[in-house]
Amino acid sequence: MSFRVNGQEFAREPRPGQCLRTFLRELGCHGVKKGCDAGDCGACTVLIDGEPVHSCLIPAFRAERREVVTIEGLARGGTLHAMQRAFLEAQGFQCGFCTAGMIVTAASLNQAQRQDLARALKGNLCRCTGYRAIADAIGGIAHVEDAAAGEACGRSLPAPGGAAVVTGAMRYTNDVAIDGLLHMKLVRSPHAHARIRAIDRTQARAVPGVCAVFTFEDAPQRLYSSARHEVSADDPDDTRLFDDVVRFVGQRVAAVVAESEAAAEAGCRLVKVDYEALPAVLDAEQAMRAGAPIVHDKDVASRILDPQRNILAAVDWSLGDVAQGLAEAAVVHEGTYVTQRVQHVALETHAAIAWVDAGGMLNVRSSTQVPFLTRRALCALFDLAPEKVRVFCERVGGGFGGKQEMLVEDVVVLAALRTGRPVKLELTREEQFIATTTRHPMRVAVKAGARRDGTLTVLQMRVVSDTGAYGNHGAQVLHNACAEAIGVYRCANKKIEGYAVYTNNMPAGAFRGYGGPQSGFAIESAIDELARQLGMDPIEFRRHNVIRPGEAAVSADTLGGDVDYRNNGLEPCLDLVRDALRRERDTDRPAPPGWRIGEGVALAMIQTGPPNGHFADSRIALRPDGTYELVFGTAEFGNGTSTVHCQIAATALATTINRIAFRQSDTLNGGHDSGAYGSTGTVVAGRATQLAAEALREKILEIASEHSGKPGWQLAADAVIRDGERLGLAELAAAGRELVAGGHSTGSPRSIACNVQGFRIAVNLRTGEIRILKSVQAADAGRVVNPMQCRGQVEGGVAQALGAALYEELLVDRDGRAVNPTLRDYHVPTFADVPYTEVYFADTVDAVGPYGAKSMSESPYDPVLPALANALRDATGIRFCAAPLKADRVWEKLSGAAMTASAD
Amino acid sequence: MDLNTITDVIRPRGQESLPLWQEGDALLAGGTWLFSEPQPHLRRLIDLATLEWPPLEVDAEGLRIAATCTIAQLDAIALPVEWTAAPLIGQCCRAFLASFKIWNTATVGGNLCLSLPVGPMISLASALDGVAVIWGRDGYERRVPVVEFVVDARKNILGRGEILRRIDLPAATLARRAAFRQMSLTPLGRSAALLIGTLSSRGGAFDLTVTAATSRPVRLSFARAPDASTLRERIARDIDDKLYMADPHGTPAWRRHVTGVLAEEIRQELAGETAP
Repeated sequence: MSFRVNGQEFAREPRPGQCLRTFLRELGCHGVKKGCDAGDCGACTVLIDGEPVHSCLIPAFRAERREVVTIEGLARGGTLHAMQRAFLEAQGFQCGFCTAGMIVTAASLNQAQRQDLARALKGNLCRCTGYRAIADAIGGIAHVEDAAAGEACGRSLPAPGGAAVVTGAMRYTNDVAIDGLLHMKLVRSPHAHARIRAIDRTQARAVPGVCAVFTFEDAPQRLYSSARHEVSADDPDDTRLFDDVVRFVGQRVAAVVAESEAAAEAGCRLVKVDYEALPAVLDAEQAMRAGAPIVHDKDVASRILDPQRNILAAVDWSLGDVAQGLAEAAVVHEGTYVTQRVQHVALETHAAIAWVDAGGMLNVRSSTQVPFLTRRALCALFDLAPEKVRVFCERVGGGFGGKQEMLVEDVVVLAALRTGRPVKLELTREEQFIATTTRHPMRVAVKAGARRDGTLTVLQMRVVSDTGAYGNHGAQVLHNACAEAIGVYRCANKKIEGYAVYTNNMPAGAFRGYGGPQSGFAIESAIDELARQLGMDPIEFRRHNVIRPGEAAVSADTLGGDVDYRNNGLEPCLDLVRDALRRERDTDRPAPPGWRIGEGVALAMIQTGPPNGHFADSRIALRPDGTYELVFGTAEFGNGTSTVHCQIAATALATTINRIAFRQSDTLNGGHDSGAYGSTGTVVAGRATQLAAEALREKILEIASEHSGKPGWQLAADAVIRDGERLGLAELAAAGRELVAGGHSTGSPRSIACNVQGFRIAVNLRTGEIRILKSVQAADAGRVVNPMQCRGQVEGGVAQALGAALYEELLVDRDGRAVNPTLRDYHVPTFADVPYTEVYFADTVDAVGPYGAKSMSESPYDPVLPALANALRDATGIRFCAAPLKADRVWEKLSGAAMTASAD
Repeated sequence: MDLNTITDVIRPRGQESLPLWQEGDALLAGGTWLFSEPQPHLRRLIDLATLEWPPLEVDAEGLRIAATCTIAQLDAIALPVEWTAAPLIGQCCRAFLASFKIWNTATVGGNLCLSLPVGPMISLASALDGVAVIWGRDGYERRVPVVEFVVDARKNILGRGEILRRIDLPAATLARRAAFRQMSLTPLGRSAALLIGTLSSRGGAFDLTVTAATSRPVRLSFARAPDASTLRERIARDIDDKLYMADPHGTPAWRRHVTGVLAEEIRQELAGETAP
């Protein structure tokens, strides 16, 4: 057959059932991405005879003799397509994984479609941006700025990877062609709880192309956690690579490694597993009761608090006397707030490729937020020396916490070590849903009271968190849920009881906000309710009760002595939201006639880094040509940290970012980095880069003095200068001394960042539909290093949180099986679903962060759900206590209330 | 996604060269559903595209839509102005969860044969009194009203080896007035209820077709436009509670309620009580 792709002819025979997406990738068009492989996300969009299609749905043979254009073919002779330029100038991307498909689609739109992007882009999912930046790109609105030497911080400088992202050249985990690569597919458990009596792999091994089948008989006995933290004791050792007990539907049971994915799949279908089904428990409250099935019958060495009651971890803390607090209260609110299971839906699925190179080094190329901690875990699991293991990523297609886990690396390493060949595992979208991690579903019972003057007298909550079949992150998420949400309020009497509980559901894990959104829903709803009962403005009520600079955020997890809360960001954020809600903007939407209108706000506070230590090393060198090379550990997955690191280094070195080359997220580069989690990319890793760059600046000036024999040099863009004299940096670099400096950051002291969200909504009482008329978020990000990127983090956080607030819910049936593990049944926000959010930054400068910056990646998510529920309460008079606020449930509750009212 | 168990693709050039049906066969029209899920039971694809059926034919009888006509082709057709119900075509195309890109590939016949309650081409063809023309293995042809074609979620009346050839929409129904209502849990999302009413200009007969809310299309026919309570009672009487879908796109109780709300809106619009 003959194919014409990007103007080039290929004579090649696709496999009979092959889709165009994989065929194009085999031809080297790695810009054609897999987000879902099911036609839902649009990441694989290409043009056939000028018409955009989802190439994962097109049988490859149908492209024969037609004109196929991929992202790689959009630029003509080195000149970018106008749409590629527009995406660069607006920075219409974050992780960039959806961008190729987005640009190909956008480039094909006619003017009528460009007028109605909600419809035109409903087949292109972006999980990072919240779509505003994409709309701006298509509308020709530019945001990228430049900066004079030394003035990079505070400017909207472009992401260094931008050109590669918009041309499809950026390499994500799977975008490499490796000779002799073997493919892995996994056999997964159909049972929520079962013992494996035996596994017969004879037939699977006999499939042509199958090289090996691995089961629990091949797995190390050692227990570990898939969660990755700087301190590995933060998580329980409850996981075996392959176990002879399976604890959730979808748990991996065996791996088949073959010359092709097809052979691996065929092998998986022929692995015969003899299961002895065991009783399962799917509800966290039930799991704690006597007689419930025990999920992990393990000893104390596992660090599980109470295995016999399925309790992984617990919190039991109080301050003052809650009975006294209740007695003093003029108003009291009690409620139980339930949050559902939601998934990260990073557009790039988990993937890893492992191989042992000629030098005996084990290489692991992975979609990870934590390459250094993954190396540590792999070394412990397989008894490998750290210097013989390399874990790295180039760019990751979205993370949101879901890639702060070792979910694929362990099993590909086992196979690579055993077969001696390179092995790749790329999860499907369905596997992402059923067998990676989700947010912890929680039930939070809250009791809160206040005096007539608006002073809180009691805050009490009981948190039950479903950690699923494995305890990865479960304890830390529980502790975080019991921290800032309650700590942000000054109150003499507080009490918290909390449990992280094992069940036979799919495991929960780290997800943006890390427990904060769940408990925040309860507390911020209760605060709103108290204000209403008192007849106070909810913003004023909050202002009256939030902690002030110098006060400690007191909770079960009272922020340690290293939290330095010196500037007041909370109150300015409250003011910004209040003022914005009063102001009319052309982005406001009108209320449909007959719908009820309501307004709501909520706040969130977050510590700017994890509590138990977070470390980062950076290194920067002056190169012979007078430019710099920066090496840091933190990974880029749309968080924008590589831009920020270059800005920090350029500022310290009085230069421009185009003079700074960088390498990142590769253990081979040396040093250590705890990883890109806990909102640390700027404040912890960035601090290390700042220290390194400042140290190098001093060295350069010192050498300049030595070299010239004169003092008093100053650093400039590409030289050192002194009273009209000038010494080029290239000349200094040639002076013979090695000009390199390192920086180390310990993640301490930390600070506090905060966010306030406000909504105006309309509710259709007849149908339960909610429409957002106005969305406002104010953020205290300290001094904002890159306003364009930071705004993008806020907008993306709001959009992702709105998905969870309004639509998303991963449902599990009575047998523990996921009901909706596809993107057409699990609705993540599309362009049409996300309102314009006005973003305001409080004018603060942090005392600890680099150049006064604070973290701003997780916390924009946190206040969204309670702000929306508070607006719904305002509109309807009814308190909604369970997420998501879907139209069917809103209607059900409204009609139930209407019936009760008419019965009265 | 790759369908790795497929070993063969048959590309017939005419009805006579259609192969004998065998276990593991699947008909390939657009492929937008077939390639969207694992199909490990399949071995062979029979490509209908090579039959080169004319996608759309218009004459005094009405509109004939080939099963292989793409959604984009259907959406682009210009129809006689006296066919007042024709705007339903654009409305139903836009009722797809999928975007215009999928319209370039997905087919009308594929949507019918998949027989999802939510299939908007089922809604369209049911409401417009469409007739499914079906080819059997031995060269026979049979005709079935589309409203009876789908019998349950993912179940239709096609027998083994039968092929949906085309859908005929009669001119008389196309000439009726029509009203369209759709409800979803999300803006532009997957339909939780899709209702279409048509009103005949001559006798004033009123037909309401309920889809998406129910596991199969339900047709409620009235000799003339009913009043609100008659309509409400008929819906309650003729649509069994068990027919309302329970899935992540809406609870059965809500779908039942919304069906009533939308049906009444349609009634009012066609009865001239409100502006469309």
